[in-house]
Amino acid sequence: MQKGKQTWWFENRPVIIGTATVVGPDEGDGPLAADFDFVHPELDMGQKSWEKAERLLLEQASDLAIKNAGITNEELEFFVGGDLMNQIISNTFAARSLGVPYIGVFGACSTSMESLAIASMIVNSGNGKHVLAGTCSHNCTAEKQFRYPTEYGSQKPPTAQYTITGAGAAIVAPSGSGPVVECATIGRIVDLGIKDPFNMGAAMAPAAVDTIQAHFNDTGRSPGDYDMIVTGDLASVGHRIATDLLKHNGVPMEQTVFNDCGLMIYDIARQKVQAGGSGCACSAVVTYGHLLKRLQKGEFKRILIVATGALLSPLSFQQGESIPCVAHAVSIERSEVQG
Amino acid sequence: MSSTSKGNGEYKKMVMSAKEYQAFAKNREPARSVVKNCIRAFLSGGLICLIGQGVQEFFMYTFHMDALKAGNPTVAVMILISVILTCLGVYDKIAQWAGAGSAVPVTGFANSMCSAALEHRSEGLVLGVGANMFKMAGSVIVFGVVAAFFVGIAHLIFGTGGMH
Repeated sequence: MQKGKQTWWFENRPVIIGTATVVGPDEGDGPLAADFDFVHPELDMGQKSWEKAERLLLEQASDLAIKNAGITNEELEFFVGGDLMNQIISNTFAARSLGVPYIGVFGACSTSMESLAIASMIVNSGNGKHVLAGTCSHNCTAEKQFRYPTEYGSQKPPTAQYTITGAGAAIVAPSGSGPVVECATIGRIVDLGIKDPFNMGAAMAPAAVDTIQAHFNDTGRSPGDYDMIVTGDLASVGHRIATDLLKHNGVPMEQTVFNDCGLMIYDIARQKVQAGGSGCACSAVVTYGHLLKRLQKGEFKRILIVATGALLSPLSFQQGESIPCVAHAVSIERSEVQG
Repeated sequence: MSSTSKGNGEYKKMVMSAKEYQAFAKNREPARSVVKNCIRAFLSGGLICLIGQGVQEFFMYTFHMDALKAGNPTVAVMILISVILTCLGVYDKIAQWAGAGSAVPVTGFANSMCSAALEHRSEGLVLGVGANMFKMAGSVIVFGVVAAFFVGIAHLIFGTGGMH
């Protein structure tokens, strides 16, 4: 049911019955390591190319999510996913392995919540019983496609971000035990003219702010209705800008805890990741691996995940175009909390 | 559904222009220290040149070459060192600290070619390694040749000696 202008209200309360996260060595060295299902000790994961490694991450996360949800491969009905690679090829290959009907989506790093929102809508409307939402990213494939060869010696500015190696998958079902996907606010493209691909936090911050405000306006809620609001991958620069923008716009974020997945996944002071993490998997592994565990433990009642995406292409920024950005917000509740 | 209702349309939409926002964001970004980067580039670039000088002296004294002749094997040794460090995954880490200091010397040029070759070997020898090796180094060669052309023209017109 549409609520307000851009929010989908899932009145049938779809449930996330199983999740899985698989990450690389740097994420396994970070503060959330214990929350991930599997940590690969090597970046290449024994594969012949970075692209194959990225695909493997998603295949493993999907298989584990199916297992954790307690369903069989045959019971899985649809797969919704996307990634950063050209033509979202990692997800397509993973979908080939899964062999289920597939909807490929592209939202850059906002794909995690975009796919979860679509999966929840499918389930909520009765068009599917077990729907998988998955996404993945790999530091080296992203470097190779968007920046320079991984071993190329170029100095990164302090505003740059470090693409996360990992994959996150969640299975949404009409009933069962697990966190409830309550509603989703679909973002619009916001572009305030930032052109530097090494400054994506600043490019994406206005999109996050736009979606957060739209979510409150559509639902009539305020920040205090959430125990935590996290953005996807604004990292230190973007998080600071978003915090100040929300303050500037009069949104009382002090009522809640406002954080960013790109800041949570790494120990920014110790690990050499510049401003923090980014990538499709950033919000996916932090949400599915860390935040949902805390939610189910009873630490939170309701959280809002605002996954942010910088929808640039390697060609668009070379041609001097600014970076169009988007953010999608999904509200997730602990199952026993009823509206 | 629970809410401490704020009512629809409570929060104002973004009212900043792109220009205002860019200034707003700029104020909140960490500054890049030009002075610090210059000092690091001077030290690291200087160290690489010092090593190169040592190698050249080695060839001059061991193989009794003159300075000009010793230049070629020296460059080859520096390229070899750079390629080994690139393959070991060390050169990019040095570069994060050194900046221009490790990019400008011949070692940086070797790193740009070696890293591209490594990265694209998955696409095969012809379409991968061959086609991508000069991905970044290509610009250096193109503009180097263009610059040499104009210097040569100037040399010819103003005739400051010509051929030796």
